[in-house]
Amino acid sequence: MIGLTHYLVISALIFSIGLMGVLRRRNLLMLFFATEVMLNAVNIAFAAISHYYNDLTGQMFAFFIIAIAASEVAVGLGILIVLYKKHGSLDLDDLANMKG
Amino acid sequence: MYETIAFYLFSALTIGLFLITVFSKNVLYAMTSLAAGMVLISGFFFILGADFLGVVQLIVYVGAIMALYSFAMMFFDSTKSIKEKNTNPALIFVLGGLSALSLVLMFAAPIYNESIQALYPMHEGVGNAQDVGIVLFTKYLIPFEVAAVMLLVAMISGIILAGKKMDQSLTKDTCVDDEILIKKDVK
Repeated sequence: MIGLTHYLVISALIFSIGLMGVLRRRNLLMLFFATEVMLNAVNIAFAAISHYYNDLTGQMFAFFIIAIAASEVAVGLGILIVLYKKHGSLDLDDLANMKG
Repeated sequence: MYETIAFYLFSALTIGLFLITVFSKNVLYAMTSLAAGMVLISGFFFILGADFLGVVQLIVYVGAIMALYSFAMMFFDSTKSIKEKNTNPALIFVLGGLSALSLVLMFAAPIYNESIQALYPMHEGVGNAQDVGIVLFTKYLIPFEVAAVMLLVAMISGIILAGKKMDQSLTKDTCVDDEILIKKDVK
């Protein structure tokens, strides 16, 4: 039988995959994909806790996370388009113009 | 029984697809596998009885966000594979593996749940969408309105950021640019 721990472990694994992506990616679009993976992992954990404690609060927070993810994508992609127009690439190493 | 099979199938497929998303060098492959993984995550929500959340996940993530990504990808040169200079891949794998291990150990630890009580319990015999609607429009009304304003702000900022100088071409077509320059010179 599948318990709460199963869902939490799968959520932790997916979150770690996203974290690894955030750490190793150098392309900004790919960084956005990795953050989406992390947000989805948190949503799974919220839905699982909501189911196993018979409480609707977890689902509410998952809805707000989805709303935040949608607005993050809208603003972030606008910024990416502006950056691409300015620099011609989305590589973080090309975009770093402060020496330190 | 079916729940168990579905859980293991969905989790294996989701982890595989998200690994492709994170490690693929091609933007198109990464985006497609991300969309497929999000569909499978909505499957998790349906198993967990959160029907409305699953439908919202399908509509918002797979429908809206992935469509937005695919439209944005048309601005970037997505056909060539991305070259990324990784300074220290071993460190990243060690850090990622350690964080995965610590997170799994934290979540796999037994949770003592005597003191945890449901704040907004689900009702028997009431559909999930109905239950969600009642709680969302009574207890979470102000966050809901704030989220609506936030989405409006995001929409306006997206239009302003991406829509400025939309008439100028991103991918430089040099012959067309030269023609424009010649016309300007004639004027």
